[in-house]
Amino acid sequence: MSSRVEVAGVSKLFNAGRPNEVQALSHITLAIEANEFVSLIGPSGCGKSTLLRCIAALTDATEGSITVAGKSAEQARVDQDYGMAFQKAGLFDWRTVAKNIELPLELMGWKKADRARRATEMLRLVQLDEFGDHRPAELSGGMQQRVAIARALSFEPSLLLMDEPFGALDEMTREHMQAELLRIWRSTDTTVVFVTHSIPEAVFLSTRVIVMSPRPGRIATEIRVDLGDRDDDTRQDPAFFKLVTEVREALRSVEDSAG
Amino acid sequence: MTGASDALARRQRLADEQRAFERREATSRAVRSAVIFVAFIVVLGLGYSGYKAFGTSIDDAQTDWPVVGSFLPATDDLRMPPALDIITEFGEPLQRNSDRPLALFILDAALFTLRETVVGLLGGIVLGLAVAVALLRSRRLERGLLPWVVVSQTIPLIAVAPIVVIWGRNNFGFLPFAWADWMSVSVIAVYLSFFPVAINGLRGLQSPAPDDLELMNSYAASWTATLFKLRFPAALPYLFPAVRLAATASVVGAIVGEISAGVQGGLGRLILDFASRYTTGPERLYDAVIGAALLGIAIIVVLTLLERLTLASRQGTTAP
Amino acid sequence: MSFLHRTQNWSAPAIAGLLIAGVWEAALRITNPDFFILPAPSAIVASFFATFADVWEATRNTGYIVISGLIAGVIFGVIAALLVTRFRAANDTITPLAAAINAIPIIALAPIFNAWYGITSARSNQAVVMVLVFFPIFVNTARGLTEVESDQIELMRSYAASEWTITKEVRIPNALPFFFTALKLVSSVAVIAAIVAEYFGGRVDALGPLIIQNASSTRFDDAWAAVVAGSMLGLSLFGLASALEYLAMPWQRDLRGDS
Repeated sequence: MSSRVEVAGVSKLFNAGRPNEVQALSHITLAIEANEFVSLIGPSGCGKSTLLRCIAALTDATEGSITVAGKSAEQARVDQDYGMAFQKAGLFDWRTVAKNIELPLELMGWKKADRARRATEMLRLVQLDEFGDHRPAELSGGMQQRVAIARALSFEPSLLLMDEPFGALDEMTREHMQAELLRIWRSTDTTVVFVTHSIPEAVFLSTRVIVMSPRPGRIATEIRVDLGDRDDDTRQDPAFFKLVTEVREALRSVEDSAG
Repeated sequence: MTGASDALARRQRLADEQRAFERREATSRAVRSAVIFVAFIVVLGLGYSGYKAFGTSIDDAQTDWPVVGSFLPATDDLRMPPALDIITEFGEPLQRNSDRPLALFILDAALFTLRETVVGLLGGIVLGLAVAVALLRSRRLERGLLPWVVVSQTIPLIAVAPIVVIWGRNNFGFLPFAWADWMSVSVIAVYLSFFPVAINGLRGLQSPAPDDLELMNSYAASWTATLFKLRFPAALPYLFPAVRLAATASVVGAIVGEISAGVQGGLGRLILDFASRYTTGPERLYDAVIGAALLGIAIIVVLTLLERLTLASRQGTTAP
Repeated sequence: MSFLHRTQNWSAPAIAGLLIAGVWEAALRITNPDFFILPAPSAIVASFFATFADVWEATRNTGYIVISGLIAGVIFGVIAALLVTRFRAANDTITPLAAAINAIPIIALAPIFNAWYGITSARSNQAVVMVLVFFPIFVNTARGLTEVESDQIELMRSYAASEWTITKEVRIPNALPFFFTALKLVSSVAVIAAIVAEYFGGRVDALGPLIIQNASSTRFDDAWAAVVAGSMLGLSLFGLASALEYLAMPWQRDLRGDS
């Protein structure tokens, strides 16, 4: 099977040639297969968000190449091969919840009736059936984030890029959202690249955790997570704790060496 | 131990570098603003001259354009004197029997107007803060009076400046100093400039979070202590922009107040005089108006510098 | 209409207004009537009705000048903002320029406009209003168009949306609150500017000349009646701008509505 995402020797410089030059990424090479759930974790400044933005072609790599679904990242963006969700839900206040979900479909030229049908389906998927006509500001943070995920999934992209989507949520909502995301991931045949700084979150969600180190951003190590199908009991599982400890130690050694 | 002190030294160095970097940034920003402004003036001058040249060429060709001379002004030398003449006129003497250049007359007038403006601004700040504190003190007062504070700014008090001047002459005999007409103009400036201070000040005084207020309550701090220790410092970021708005309002109040009331000595009166003798020297009116613009800008520049100094010293004292 | 309710309660300001008027009337009757700039409220009201024909005509003429100048200034301001924000360099230019231009007493341009358009033409007054309106509308709209959450722009770029689509879907809705703040500000200031500009020239049957004539022949009651008419014109325009704001931004309405 060919890789969904192929990152080859990617480096990224900010403010190149200026006194405040920063090397955000240094020679990153990474292959992500179809149906994987990969988390990028690391201390702040390790470039995990930058890497995600490079994959999304929202920023250009200074060096190296990225292919998504067999084409250049830029082409994949133009072809709408991925959906994206950010830490802030980023819903448009001026649209209703349903219209927010329809936004990408509108831009792709879907018919009105098809859009409405899909929005209803997506609302059911994230269990917000009755909230289509509400304004985003009337929803709680967790509900807004669910709408953002529904929006990202609305056009059934095979790749989902998520930048700390649950970062601003409280612990209980967060765990609930994680379970929800896993359910959606299993039922939709999607590949996920997920940026987080929460160790349990990374372990609970992923099939693979990539630990990154800062200044310059590099891949320090990667840890396979073989927990099979997970539910809330998984969080009490000794195997889960063992993996959490493993990731934590990897992160510690990364921070120590960075000083 | 040495590790810890090394880390401390490194953090200190990083902080110093950061501060130096910010200083450089601030300076380059100021330089850039000045360059942009000069560029804007040049573009404005070129646009003016370009339009004039265009209009003249139309006249020479004896053709008619629908816009020129109706929606846009005609371009004869009386309506639009050449840009260069406007500039050189600053150096020309105003009166036949003296060689004092126009620029000095404008400067004198600007200083006269500046006095009105500064007095008006100070009065506006005091009045604005008083109103803000009063409205803060009582919720009922806020609900009853705030709309009227807003309404006050729709009343064209400037238009009745002559009445204000007469009122000033008649009613302030009891003061230890003689009431001059320019003080009445300052009263108008106060009326215009208190508004932004009152509105932004109230918003700033109300800006502390409930947590901060509860903290002060837990110290059993009095209302005044809370006002001075918490609310005023919290309001400062709201007050600086308000004072800048108030300063501009005060300049407008001073200049227009002079014009409307006919008070002698300031830029407003100079503009009025040059406007009434426009045909004998159109450049002079342009120069007086440029003087008024420069006065407004100069005041804002000074206020911005003051603000920066205040904030810088504040930063300096809080740094460990 | 609920935008009327939104200014909370009308009763408190109404009571406060009646109280102020009562105290002021009483003070004038008891003490020296010359001390106050203002004639008694009763005198102003009486004069307002006695000279209503003149006041009404002057208000209509000034109103025409204000509204036409306002519309022209708004159109030019919005167009300029849309054009300028197309260029990234422009964004760094606007803020310092705006600060300087805001410091200029625009009303002082009135005599120059008189020279341009002729002493008896109302066009010079319209020009003052237009220039005065132009800058706040331009600056605020430009800020609203550029101060957009970067996540929302990235989201749109992840959909490969064109610059125009981003402007239409994100920037313009985002700019509406900024625009209306400026519109409400200028709506009442424009009336004062027009009245002052009328001092220098323009029609003789407008509010400015009416106030001067009355004041210079010491008919202060009549002068104040005209001032009150100007104030009411400003308030009406402010109300109109608020109503437009209410209609244009249903999502802000809902926010304040039910809570």
